[in-house]
Amino acid sequence: MHQDLAERIQDLPRFKELVTRRNRLAWTLAILVLVVYYSYILIIAFDPSVFGTPISSESVITIGIPIGAGIILMCWLLTGLYVNRANKVYDAITEEIVREVTGT
Amino acid sequence: MKKISLMTAFVSLAAMLVVGAAVAAGAIEGEATKLPVNISAIVMFLMFVTGTLFITYWAARRTRTAKEFYTAGGGITGFQNGLAIAGDYMSAATFLGISGLVFLKGYDGLVYTVGFLVGWPFILFLMAEKLRNLGKYTFADVASYRLQQTPIRALAACGTLATVTLYLVAQMVGSGKLIQLLFGLPYPVAVVIVGVLMVLYVTFGGMLATTWVQIIKAGLLLTGGTGLMLMAMAHFDFSLENLFRQATAMHPDGLKLMEPGGLLPDPVSAISLGMALMFGTAGLPHILMRFFTVPDAKQARRSVFYATGFVGYFFLVVFVIGFCAIVLVSQNPEFLDADGKIFGGNNMAAVHLSRVVGGNLFMGFISAVAFATILAVVAGLTLAGASAISHDLYAHIIRKGDVSEKKEVMVSRAATILLGVIAITVGIAFEKQNIAYMVGLAFAIAASANFPVLLLSMLWKGLTTRGAFIGGFIGLTTAVVLVVIGPIVWVDVLGNAEPIFPYKYPALFSVTAAFVGTWFFSITDKSEAAAKEKAAFLPQYIRAQTGIGAEGASDH
Repeated sequence: MHQDLAERIQDLPRFKELVTRRNRLAWTLAILVLVVYYSYILIIAFDPSVFGTPISSESVITIGIPIGAGIILMCWLLTGLYVNRANKVYDAITEEIVREVTGT
Repeated sequence: MKKISLMTAFVSLAAMLVVGAAVAAGAIEGEATKLPVNISAIVMFLMFVTGTLFITYWAARRTRTAKEFYTAGGGITGFQNGLAIAGDYMSAATFLGISGLVFLKGYDGLVYTVGFLVGWPFILFLMAEKLRNLGKYTFADVASYRLQQTPIRALAACGTLATVTLYLVAQMVGSGKLIQLLFGLPYPVAVVIVGVLMVLYVTFGGMLATTWVQIIKAGLLLTGGTGLMLMAMAHFDFSLENLFRQATAMHPDGLKLMEPGGLLPDPVSAISLGMALMFGTAGLPHILMRFFTVPDAKQARRSVFYATGFVGYFFLVVFVIGFCAIVLVSQNPEFLDADGKIFGGNNMAAVHLSRVVGGNLFMGFISAVAFATILAVVAGLTLAGASAISHDLYAHIIRKGDVSEKKEVMVSRAATILLGVIAITVGIAFEKQNIAYMVGLAFAIAASANFPVLLLSMLWKGLTTRGAFIGGFIGLTTAVVLVVIGPIVWVDVLGNAEPIFPYKYPALFSVTAAFVGTWFFSITDKSEAAAKEKAAFLPQYIRAQTGIGAEGASDH
């Protein structure tokens, strides 16, 4: 890509909007995953018995099971959320930018 | 030419399997840990091999250009690629190893799988689209996009080959032992079969065959795993409460089975293992390469969505399978030797379970799926290693980019054969070695050498060649040294009493060292070249964000 074209795109309001919005979502979700995961393993490192509490007095299932499975499910749902936003919003803005600079 | 050699190879392979089975049949009585020759498993495996060799034949006719060889022409859909990525990730080690870990330790297996999964959303949010928009064949294309080709590609090739070789040898040794157990074939025969088949897939069929072998295997593994879980859960009236109650009553750990055990003994180990799993995933060359097989960033995103779903689902299935095996296998005299130990070790828990719930035929199916899994994973690894040799080392460093496509693909095929020979030789030589450190070290190197440079090259304008090169090698060296002087190699392999470095997992230190080193040697780089590299970030950034100028799919 030529430097002048790159500079032209960089100055487009739509491009700034694209980058700001996408970065905001991507970093929010990435940090959310990091915080959830590291809280999980640090609780395990400091006090594993926290996750040994049964979910009810009659059950042998501990809260650790739904929490662990829940993190796996959350990871998948968050990827779904990102893909959905990207398909609906970011791709549309990207197409506008491409149209604008290529003039088609 | 191709057709003839493929047929010859197939015939000789079939002959090898038959001879191997006959040899093994004589040796069974002597060894208690070996299972009898499993005819249904061998028949089903031969069906898989026949099918995949036909695919390879089909793919070989569509694999002529470099783009077709490295990226299957770039026309794989997001769904297909998601399955293939999931397949790369769901190795036999994941299936048998994690169900074995659950079988032994219960909840700890879940802690491990969570760590294996969290890398995926991270890859999607920060890397997947940019990788696709900037990349061509290998992740070095992205890392060296605006930096000097020779040093950065040399670094990436070192990282790739170290990761791939360690991973490959670990898979070869593991597969040799597994196949010995499952099929009753002698260890060297098993290693040779795996090696020969993987070389056939990759040299003739390139990425197209490798991808389809992986997709079929992923489908088989997901189906087989689900079937195994459902059939086993029928013994518990499909009630998890029921399952966990019986498992805790039967297991020596009792209710402790339902909470974290000793997997993460202290905060440093916890964070370190977490970083190795998370960032290691984002630095595995054979997985990164898959992002170049889809036509655009949209499909790259979708790949991760599907892959995360399949892998996450499979992990949960494996967790339930491990618990079912505690109840149905651990006290079952059919599977215990004279000392009360389970035949073939804990990693055989899932296979034994398949026999309890589905008889010999179903066990044959699960064994064949495990074998297929190994084959598909080693093929992917070999392709990534061969690409680093032909595309990064040969085409860009030795020939400085002045090479015909035909020649480059030829070198890649030769490199595949070379890697196959190395994998077979080392695999046989390491039969009796303790190889437990290898996969962990591969992840540590991927996280410390490949990942920091790749991530910073896409996100940080200030990265320079000097920073990336020195920082990457600091990460690589730190990871290797800390593993060697740590408990896993220094004590368990070399037999010293005390480790010099107290932690099993080096990633916290080696990844940090790589990032700090890269940062420091970049910001202090005041050369003219560095200024140019920083200026070149803008066009790269615009292409990464918009996909303008990105590699497209080939026409057909």
